[in-house]
Amino acid sequence: MTFGKSTSTLPSSLSSATADGYEGSARTALADSTTSRVSFTLDSSLDSVNKVELTAEEAAQRAGFDEETATHVAMAVREAAVNAVLHGNAYDPNKHITASFETRSDSLVIRVTDQGPGLDPDSIPDPLAPENILRGSGRGIFLIRAFMDEVHFRQLHPGTELTLIKHRTPAQPGN
Amino acid sequence: MSMKVQTRQVDGVTILDLSGRITLGEGSVTIRDAVRDVLAKGSNKILLNLAEINYIDSSGIGELVSAFTTVKNSGGELKLLNLTKKVHDLLQITKLYTVFDVKDDEASAISSFTK
Repeated sequence: MTFGKSTSTLPSSLSSATADGYEGSARTALADSTTSRVSFTLDSSLDSVNKVELTAEEAAQRAGFDEETATHVAMAVREAAVNAVLHGNAYDPNKHITASFETRSDSLVIRVTDQGPGLDPDSIPDPLAPENILRGSGRGIFLIRAFMDEVHFRQLHPGTELTLIKHRTPAQPGN
Repeated sequence: MSMKVQTRQVDGVTILDLSGRITLGEGSVTIRDAVRDVLAKGSNKILLNLAEINYIDSSGIGELVSAFTTVKNSGGELKLLNLTKKVHDLLQITKLYTVFDVKDDEASAISSFTK
């Protein structure tokens, strides 16, 4: 597998993911504002969730976010990956999730897709509503929105793509 | 890192000392089983010591809520002790901080259970 120019800044967990037999790809045609980009295709498993979470945290750290923010980004991405594996693909071994990490000059953009039946974000009950506050589930999307600056849903027919964006500050270090 | 549970009894209260992560596939089922075991043994005053819980996700939060309602529905009480900042912040964000009875001192937590 060959990485493009973006590989010089890849988090270490990405290397381990490919070494474990996961498919990975990096694109060489980067926009001017993009300093690195990589995407993966992963099994519908909790192991994949953990790898995506770890990769997100490392990407956030490399983008110069402080420790707390990097943890929040990783948590949001974990929730997106859990949704993809559990609710989207329902652990189906014949379905995969993809995760892409793109560091731009002004933001960190992470996309997670599944091959499930689709997700209507407007149909998700508000977990803060009194009638829902004691529910044992249903807080994942809420946490994603709480920790990221932008969250976008796109229906893939079949599947769902979640785009999670965290803005970088102009003086923020990192690459 | 998986979650670990150690159980001890103090003045009629069962304290579960939890450590590690409470996430889907790691600690969530462990908590459920531990609480069920305590209830099955006839105790329904449970204090979850979260001092060594360094990470929790939405599934873990949901499991804490489920444990709370399970114990409450059995006529008992479940309280939380020693929240880390991460867990504290998550409970604040999800508006659950005021749902749970949260304590930061074990002795006062023990004495707060209904005798």
